[in-house]
Amino acid sequence: MRLRRVTAASVAVTVVIAAVIALLPLTLSNYHRATGASVAVFFIAILALNIVTGYTGQISIGHGAFMAVGGYTTAILTHDHGWSDLPTLPAAAVVGFVAGVIVGLPALRFHGVYLALTTFAVALAVPQLAKNYPNFTGGTEGLALPTHSGLWLYEVGWAVAGVMFVIAWFLLRGRTGRAFRAVRDSEVAAASSGVTLAVYKTVAFGISAAMAGVAGSVYVLVNNFVNPDVFGLTLSLYILIGAVVGGLGSLWGVLVGAAFIQLLPIALTTSHISSSQSVPVIFGAVVIGVMALLPLGAANLLRVALHFGSQSRQSSDIHLGTEGR
Amino acid sequence: MTAVVAALERRLWFRPSTSWIVPAALVGVAVFLVVGSLRSSLFAQQTISGLANGGIYASLAVALVLIYRATEVINFAQGALATFTTYVAWQLMAWGLSYWPAFACTLGIAFAGGFLVELVAIRPVERRGSQITAVIAAIGLLILVEGSVGWIWGNQVKFMPAPFPSHIYNVGGVAFSRQDLSTIGISIAAVLVLWLFFRFTKVGLAMRAAAVRPQAARLVGVRVSWMLSFGWGLAAVLGAVAGMMAAASPSVLLQPSMMDGILIYAFAAAVVGGLESAAGAVIGALLIGVLLNLLGSYVSWVTPQLLLPVAFVVMLIVLLVKPSGLFGRTRVRRV
Repeated sequence: MRLRRVTAASVAVTVVIAAVIALLPLTLSNYHRATGASVAVFFIAILALNIVTGYTGQISIGHGAFMAVGGYTTAILTHDHGWSDLPTLPAAAVVGFVAGVIVGLPALRFHGVYLALTTFAVALAVPQLAKNYPNFTGGTEGLALPTHSGLWLYEVGWAVAGVMFVIAWFLLRGRTGRAFRAVRDSEVAAASSGVTLAVYKTVAFGISAAMAGVAGSVYVLVNNFVNPDVFGLTLSLYILIGAVVGGLGSLWGVLVGAAFIQLLPIALTTSHISSSQSVPVIFGAVVIGVMALLPLGAANLLRVALHFGSQSRQSSDIHLGTEGR
Repeated sequence: MTAVVAALERRLWFRPSTSWIVPAALVGVAVFLVVGSLRSSLFAQQTISGLANGGIYASLAVALVLIYRATEVINFAQGALATFTTYVAWQLMAWGLSYWPAFACTLGIAFAGGFLVELVAIRPVERRGSQITAVIAAIGLLILVEGSVGWIWGNQVKFMPAPFPSHIYNVGGVAFSRQDLSTIGISIAAVLVLWLFFRFTKVGLAMRAAAVRPQAARLVGVRVSWMLSFGWGLAAVLGAVAGMMAAASPSVLLQPSMMDGILIYAFAAAVVGGLESAAGAVIGALLIGVLLNLLGSYVSWVTPQLLLPVAFVVMLIVLLVKPSGLFGRTRVRRV
C-alpha cells in the first residue's frame, strides 16, 4: 500500500514539474529559452551518469567523452552526409552505446578509484583524438551546424529529456534496476543471488553512454557547432558535480543538479556581486559548501523534508576506494 | 612503535609473492634505455629530457599518493594548487626577490596553504560525507583555485625567470641541458627528503601511523586530524616544487591551466605505480616521461595530440595486467 501511495505521489509531482517545464518558455526570451535547452542537455547527461554511478555504483568521470561521441555523430552526419538533425539522435544513442560497452568491458576489471581514473583518462583522450583526425572531425576548428530558434531548441531538448526520463524510470524501477542496485550495494551478494555482474555492469555502461550520446547530440544542436574544446575536461567534471550535488541514486536530484551546474554560473555572471573573473571562485566555493552541508545532495534534502518513501541506500555508500581496512 | 608501523605498512602495501615479473620488467626497461643511449646520442638526449619531464610528474604523483594514502581521496586540485604556488613564486620575484630565496619562501607558503586548505575546505566535507563527496569537494577546489589564479594574476602568460643559466654539457657527443639535469636532481631530492622525513622523524612516524591505522594511532596519542592537514601541507610543497620546475622548462608556459596536462600524467604515473606506493609513483612517472618522449620523437604517427591518449593506453595496459598497479597491494575484499 505504502509503495503504491509513494508511486502515485511521485507521478503527481513529476507531472507538475513537467507541466511547469512545458509552460515555462511562454514567459522566456529567446536567449533564455536556449539556456533552458542547455539545462535539458545537462539533465540528460546527469541522468545518464546516475544510471551507471548512482544506481550501479560504477564511478565514471568520463561522461564528457560519451557526449563527445554522440555530439560528433550528429555533427558529422548532418555536416558531411546530409542528414537532418533529429534522425541523428537515435544514431548518436547507438554509437554512444557501442562506446559505452567498449569502455565498460575493460572497466569490469577495475574497481573504485582505478575505474574513476580510467574513465577520467577516456574523457581526456577523446577530445585529443578528435583534434588528431581533422579530416573526420574538423580538427580544432570543428564543424558548424544549422542554427535553430531558442523555442525549437527548448522544445526538442526537453522533449528528449522527458523521453529519457521515462526510459530511465521504467528501466530502474523494474528487474534491471533492482539488479543494478544489487551490484552497487554488494557485488558479492548480487552475484550470489544470480545477477551476472559482467552483463549488468556492461549494460549499465552501455545504456548510460547511449543517453550521454543523446545529450551530446542535443548539446551540439544547442551550440550549433562542435569542436574538441566543447567536450573538454571541465564538461565531465561538471556533470559529476551536478550528479552529486543533485543526489546520486535519485531521479529527483537530476533536475536540481542540471540547474545547479548550468544556471548558477550564468546567474553569477549576470549578477552584480561578481565580475566574470570571480565566477569560478564563487562556484568552486559553493560546491565545497554544498558538499560540507549536504553530503547526500539536494535529493536527500527533499526526501528528508517530505518523508518521501523509505530511506533507501544512498550515495554515501558508494565507495571510491575499496571497503574499510 | 617504528617497527610496528613499518610491519603494518609492509603487510598492507607490499605483496612480495609472484611479483618478480615487475622488477624483471623494470630492469629490462633500464637495460634498454642504457643500451639505446650508448648507441645513439639522440636517444640519450631524449631519454634525459624524458627523465626531466618524469621528475616533474614524479613530484606531483608522490603528492597525490601522499594524500590518497592518508584519506583515500584523489586530489584533483593538486595541479591547481601547484600552479597557484608557482604564481606566488613569480609574484615574489616580481617584487624583487632573487630565485632561490623566492623558491624557499614559496615552499613555506605552499605548506601553510596546503595545511589551511585541508582545514577549511576538505575537513568539514570529510567529517560528514563519504569519499565521493570529498572528491567533488576536491573538484570544487580545483575550479576555485584555478579561478583565483586567473582572478588575481589574469589569464595572460607570465614569464618565469630561469633558475639556472642555460648551459649545455657535452659528454661524448651527447648534449645534456643543465635545465633537464637540474630538474631531475631537484625532483629526486624533494622526494628523497620526504622519504627521510617519513622514515626518521617522529612526526613522520605519527603520520604513517595515522594513515595505516587511524583508530589505533588516536589511541596512542597521535592527533590524526592534524596529521592529515600536515599531509596536505607536505603534498602542496611537493606540488610547488613540481610547479616551479615545470615553469622553468621552456616547453611549459606559466598560465592558470599550466599544470592541467601535467596533473594527468601524474595521475597516470600514480595509477601505474599503484596509487599507494610513493616509490611506485616515482618509477611510474619516470617511465611515462621517458616513454612519451621517445615515442614522440621516434614514432611518426604519435603527434603531440596523441601523447595523452598514448599515456592512457599505457595506463590501461598496466591495469589490465595488474589491476592494482605495479606496486599496489591486491586487496582482499571482505564479503
